[in-house]
Amino acid sequence: MEFILVQTLSGLASAASLFLVASGLSIIFGVTRIVNFAHGAFYMLGAYMAFTLTDRWTGAFGFWGAIIAASLVVAVLGALMEMVLLRRIYQAPELFQLLATFGVTLMVQDIVVLIWGPEDLMGPRAPGFTGAVTVFGRMVPSYDFLLIALGPVVLGLLWLLFHYTRWGVLVRAATQDRDMVAALGVNQKWLFTSVFALGVFLAALGGALQIPRTTVSHSMDLAIIVEVFVVVVIGGLGSVLGAFVAAIIVSELNAFGILIFPKISLILVFLVMAVVLVIRPWGLFGKPESAPRPAAGLSIRPWRPFTPAERIAVAVGVFGAAVLPFFLGNYALTVGAEILVFVLFAASLHFLMTVGGLASFGHAAYFGLGAYGAAFLVKFTGAPMEAALLVGPLMGLAGAVVFGWFCVRLSGVYFAMLTLAFAQIAWSIAFQWVDVTGGDNGMLGIWPSTWASSPRGFFWLALGIAVVGVGILRVLVFSPFGYGLRASRDSALRSEAIGIDRRSMQWVAFIVAGTFAGISGATFAFLKGSVFPDFLGIPTSVDGLVMVLLGGIETVSGAVVGAVVYKALAIWLMSQTDLSKLVLGAIIVLLVVAFPKGIVGFLEDLRYRLRPPRANGAGPKTAGYGIAKVEAAE
Amino acid sequence: MTALLDVRNLAKSYGGVHAVRGVSFSLEAGQILALIGPNGAGKSTCFNMLNGQIRPNAGSITLAGQDITGLAPRVVWRKGVGRTFQITATFASMTVRENVQVALLSHHGKLWAAFRYAGAAYLKEAEALLALVGMEAQAARPCGELAYGDLKRLELAIALANDPKLLLMDEPTAGMAPKERVDLMRLTAGIAREKGIGVLFTEHDMDVVFEHADSVMVLNRGELIATGSPEAVRRDPQVRAIYLGDGLLYDAKHREGDAA
Ligand SMILES: Nc1ncnc2c1ncn2[C@@H]1O[C@H](COP(=O)(O)OP(=O)(O)OP(=O)(O)O)[C@@H](O)[C@H]1O
Ligand SMILES: [Mg+2]
Repeated sequence: MEFILVQTLSGLASAASLFLVASGLSIIFGVTRIVNFAHGAFYMLGAYMAFTLTDRWTGAFGFWGAIIAASLVVAVLGALMEMVLLRRIYQAPELFQLLATFGVTLMVQDIVVLIWGPEDLMGPRAPGFTGAVTVFGRMVPSYDFLLIALGPVVLGLLWLLFHYTRWGVLVRAATQDRDMVAALGVNQKWLFTSVFALGVFLAALGGALQIPRTTVSHSMDLAIIVEVFVVVVIGGLGSVLGAFVAAIIVSELNAFGILIFPKISLILVFLVMAVVLVIRPWGLFGKPESAPRPAAGLSIRPWRPFTPAERIAVAVGVFGAAVLPFFLGNYALTVGAEILVFVLFAASLHFLMTVGGLASFGHAAYFGLGAYGAAFLVKFTGAPMEAALLVGPLMGLAGAVVFGWFCVRLSGVYFAMLTLAFAQIAWSIAFQWVDVTGGDNGMLGIWPSTWASSPRGFFWLALGIAVVGVGILRVLVFSPFGYGLRASRDSALRSEAIGIDRRSMQWVAFIVAGTFAGISGATFAFLKGSVFPDFLGIPTSVDGLVMVLLGGIETVSGAVVGAVVYKALAIWLMSQTDLSKLVLGAIIVLLVVAFPKGIVGFLEDLRYRLRPPRANGAGPKTAGYGIAKVEAAE
Repeated sequence: MTALLDVRNLAKSYGGVHAVRGVSFSLEAGQILALIGPNGAGKSTCFNMLNGQIRPNAGSITLAGQDITGLAPRVVWRKGVGRTFQITATFASMTVRENVQVALLSHHGKLWAAFRYAGAAYLKEAEALLALVGMEAQAARPCGELAYGDLKRLELAIALANDPKLLLMDEPTAGMAPKERVDLMRLTAGIAREKGIGVLFTEHDMDVVFEHADSVMVLNRGELIATGSPEAVRRDPQVRAIYLGDGLLYDAKHREGDAA
């Protein structure tokens, strides 16, 4: 009994920071409709900044002054990011906004290491709250009580702010109806910047308040952002009260989950999230969202299959790749095989997000599940590579069946956050379930059969898998199924009105994409000879997104081109610099802001401008072709 | 004989606002029925309930003797109801022909086929439907670059793809030039009479309404205030008072409202 009480208190104390960060994210989303992935980075910056300042300023005043000052400094940084970056992309699809803010997160990770070093840092205790209080014979840190009280206080202050100040009323009005506020003649730019600054301030405060409890480390950002996503999915985006309630739910579930399933503590949170999503897809306190801005389908140039000439070009390209082993050395062939693995991975994600309109932020889950599936077969049944490659990906398929069923109930940012949360759950199982998965040490000794064990042999194997896989996906794009899928992406209204079962189609697309990701993951396991939890990590998911974006999200072959270019670039970059995250993050931001059509999209634009295509098929050219004004619906 | 469409006491309210209340009417095969009324009268709401897009609070909808109240739009469509939207909804990333092909594929239950080229499916039928609405010359054009009037015609072709018994057309000619409007409605009326399709349409252009409707219903603030032949409705004093009075047409006030 006492134990339960103490555990409850500990959960409530953890809820405070989670609430601060989640409410900041929610407030920002309410007004700007941006889900700020970099929120975790600001949380981390708050902690680091507080660490530095509390180190300088001592005493009670110094400590609390440092906490507030650190949060303010970070809030200014946030406002700067809003003005420099976000203002350029408010109209962009949600995927681009998530990616750009993720790019910032990557950059911050390297910057933090540059400034504060790679080691975990230990902050000071809070003056006046260093001791512990005895509750039913058990010790509870007195700082925990401070945090427990803080949550409701901040909730109350926010409520006062939003109900009794002119600014707050404006924010609420903007949350309800953005156009109306614009019509009132309010300076929208200033409103957005100030809202963003407030949200970031809350995140940084949440981070700063953590330093007496935990060490400061550069993995804080991703850890918190995933929990925050879970919180806002449960509580409802845009609702501060929802963030409050859900933060408590999630923290308590974590506190007790450790007791019930010590190995896989996230399971409990996952189950609750699943139930909430089935009952109220937009969260406990959220409102159903209007249709999201699709990430793809903005181009009006319809896709078409390859012409005979293009087919020959592709065949020549594949042949060219097939003879590479006669010219390249072992290292280059291994790199080549890795690129080929990611070509299929990117193509599977492309199918889901470009054709299906569902931008997944957790596609690595199915890649990793496929890899682990193959590894399990090899380790536990002694299966040969051939069998493992065939059966292993079924684990990716199974994961996609289960997770996909929930995910396709949502769309837009909710979909992105949920896929990310699921991937993180898969990751934490791989990480925590040491007996089966080896945890952080991974599983070693997943070697290919003899015929494929030379770099040359494996390159051919990877090439064969990539060509067949990408080929099948491409056939699907132009099949009736692909058309139906694209139709439900283009217009949910119209597709439903012509009998298309949107959700089932999207679910199947999710499963198809997950299966092909699983195949590429299984291949990857044999390429590396091992599997690690990293395979399912957020960075792997984002790599896939960047590949599709770099190649051209509007195009059919963009994923392939993007994967080749990006993977080659990333491998080269890794060998050249220690700051690969900084460079990669900058590339992502640049891509989103300056180059959103990607390589293939750019080339198509170029070709279109040089040589406007004749309408393929019958029909004379109508007058005004190509200059007809687009009065797009919606 | 049972009517093609029979609507009884349909009602829908949003919060405290009664968007539609107590609407009852019936429609025979081959009949063209106009539903008119000022902006915000509840016309789109009626349409959305008829094709299942929103669930009525009360009332029943019977299609050819079968209760379809509360069914999902895709189920209603399979029972032979086609519709066009007040604000066009088409597939912007496809060509005009492909838009129709998708509807045909769905009609024939072939949407789950995974290994054949959809661009070659039901070509003849698609061309025929496009020819029917006068769009054959534009079949290969990207849908995203069509002029608004052409999009409306494409919507009609899509709506006809499942050989509907009933066509629901929410402002089929909004945003078109006056001449185009009359042409499109003439076309629709011709197709409907020939194939025995029942048509329910709304329209702000009274020329179009009085030329083609067999019968007219007037909706005001969610309630039907008059029903009858175009002539009778035109003479109805209540109707005149509501909006025909102030300048006969209220076209000038017309706005492209929210999404249908
Ligand atoms: N989703 C909704 N939530 C709240 N109120 C709504 C909603 N949809 C419609 N209404 C209200 O219901 C009433 C009827 O709207 P409806 O769109 O059916 O009118 P309409 O006759 O089609 O008008 P218009 O000629 O402008 O298209 C209006 O007062 C409208 O504001
Ligand atoms: Mg309407």
